[in-house]
Amino acid sequence: MQTYDLEANGLRGLNETLHAQSGATNQTAWEVVNPKGSHAIAVGLDAPIEVTVKGSTGYYCAGMNQQATIRVEGSAGPGAAENMMSGTVIIDGDASQYAGATGHGGLLVIKGNASSRCGISMKGIDIVVHGNIGHMSAFMAQAGNLVVCGDAGDALGDSLYEARLFVRGSVKSLGADCIEKELRPEHIEILKDLLGRAGADAKPEEFKRYGSARQLYNFDVDNAAAY
Amino acid sequence: MSDNNIPRTVPIQSATFTNEINAEIRRAAATGIYDIRGGGAKRKVPHFDDLLFLGASVSRYPLEGYREKCDTSVLLGTRFAKNPIKLDIPITIAGMSFGALSGPAKEALGRGASMAGTSTTTGDGGMTQEERGHSTQLVYQYLPSRYGMNPNDLRKADAIEIVVGQGAKPGGGGMLLGQKISDRVAEMRTLPKGIDQRSSCRHPDWTGPDDLEIKILELREITNGRIPIYVKIAGARPYFDTTLAIKAGADVVVLDGMQGGTAATQDVFIEHVGQPTLACIRPAVQALQDLGMHRKVQLVISGGIRTGADVAKAMALGADAVSIGTAAMIAIGDNDPKWESEYQKLGSTTGAYDDWHEGMDPAGITTQNPELMKRVDPVDAGRRLRNYLKVMTLEAQTIARACGHNHLHNLEPEDLCALTMEAAAMARVPLAGTDWYPGKAGF
Ligand SMILES: Cc1cc2nc3c(=O)[nH]c(=O)nc-3n(C[C@H](O)[C@H](O)[C@H](O)COP(=O)(O)O)c2cc1C
Repeated sequence: MQTYDLEANGLRGLNETLHAQSGATNQTAWEVVNPKGSHAIAVGLDAPIEVTVKGSTGYYCAGMNQQATIRVEGSAGPGAAENMMSGTVIIDGDASQYAGATGHGGLLVIKGNASSRCGISMKGIDIVVHGNIGHMSAFMAQAGNLVVCGDAGDALGDSLYEARLFVRGSVKSLGADCIEKELRPEHIEILKDLLGRAGADAKPEEFKRYGSARQLYNFDVDNAAAY
Repeated sequence: MSDNNIPRTVPIQSATFTNEINAEIRRAAATGIYDIRGGGAKRKVPHFDDLLFLGASVSRYPLEGYREKCDTSVLLGTRFAKNPIKLDIPITIAGMSFGALSGPAKEALGRGASMAGTSTTTGDGGMTQEERGHSTQLVYQYLPSRYGMNPNDLRKADAIEIVVGQGAKPGGGGMLLGQKISDRVAEMRTLPKGIDQRSSCRHPDWTGPDDLEIKILELREITNGRIPIYVKIAGARPYFDTTLAIKAGADVVVLDGMQGGTAATQDVFIEHVGQPTLACIRPAVQALQDLGMHRKVQLVISGGIRTGADVAKAMALGADAVSIGTAAMIAIGDNDPKWESEYQKLGSTTGAYDDWHEGMDPAGITTQNPELMKRVDPVDAGRRLRNYLKVMTLEAQTIARACGHNHLHNLEPEDLCALTMEAAAMARVPLAGTDWYPGKAGF
């Protein structure tokens, strides 16, 4: 285990060191101490290493992650794991706005609650939130799965494309063009897999599925109010 | 006396309800949807044509046309980046998305720009091999939609351009209608084929200048501070937006005035939102100067640049470089008279064709139709773009030498006068024949 003191050694050195790790490295486990809410911790990684951040982070922790497993032993500021491509990011606490925004792949697990716009414009990432999510989550979400074990706030899935949304609790309101859909056996399989990987104690059958009604895909003047 | 002899009024067309306006009212009434089109503002606004260079005189001697050097090189991104962009000429190719443009058109832009020693820019829709492969220097746009955005491409880029706004539509997002969402475009954007795609107008994970600063930090961390980070703004509030971009840590500010082209947006947006390019330059330069950053953070101006004279005028007003979209498209064959009969069939004519969103471009540039795309020969079109860029550079050099400058950057506002009061006020250079411009103190 390598330990990096962020307060003492600075952000630049941390990211530079982590970027220098390749698939062949034997220094696979890293610990970042004294994060103290710093921004851009462990961004742009591209190696199968494990990074544990011992505390809470600021904006964009684990941004654009590829391959790495990054765990935050605290809460994460806005844009955690934004545009993630692959790998796993686990937030032990809560996540602020835009968690997993535009992510293309990989798994983001939020053990606490996620704020507004969780999964905004997601493009293939899987997100599992153990708690609740805030308003406008999955806005314009294009692909991937968003699993919420708690409740969802207002305007869930507004202007949704092809992402799948699963919510166990209540949904305050659905956004434009987002509707409840049948939970079929293939969805149960997806949920089983994701809940298992995210360590979430919930049964797939308890979830409801939401998706796009696909009514806004091509402009129609009679839908103008929804645009 | 017969009735025929009574003098009659002649039919008078309204200056308010013009034929064009009336046609639009009828079109709107018939379809229920606003007019969407490509290109920039078509209305006449004060522009570089309203400025003139003074040339040399007794107090300023000129440089010899072909013998005395007039440098045209420019470095972009000298503030923070380890590897600034070094261009031979101060004219870059603006961001135009793959999706809006065909693959061969993107390749042509890359070839032409590289031969001329300048950079190209990706666009909404990600980086294509055609473009990366043929561009020696490629700027990677970071847009609200984040279509095709991935860190591998980010690391392959020579600079990053965070797009906050576009002159054609400050406050508006991209638009790509179903006809142009081919399999390849759909895959790059992670969207179903054939849908009308509207990109968001705001970034999904930041709002405001404080967040922008952190976003720039993140991008710089990911790329290890190697490459410059540009911020592209529309000509909305050029003084404040330039100030905020500089404070947020931009290496380069790209400022796009209202004549700037777009691939597709609402006509009402193109014609009625944003300020003319001419009106944006001095406030932006003022912002740079007020922060002691002029020439340290470079300013790239776009929106209606067509000739070497435009290049020289933008630079005289304080820009470090310019960027072209529409002119580059024309150089590679857009709106060419040789397709006139086909433009007619589409209800348009050479020079006016702007239904780029429909994907039926006879010139094969703004289309994803495989047959039409073949009309662009990337090698030949690239050569024409190279020629055009060279001509513009020669023109700008001609002017700079005549004004006695050995580098295009040495052009200055004192080399200019204005033909109209409006241009004098916007460019803050004297009205021709006077030493006065509106707003100048002491009058
Ligand atoms: C076909 C086309 C596509 C464009 N696509 C983009 C884009 O994806 N992103 C962007 O920031 N600007 C885009 N623009 C705007 C240009 O980057 C640039 O600001 C503008 O074209 C400059 O004005 P000019 O056309 O008068 O030279 C596009 C312009 C055109 C003509």
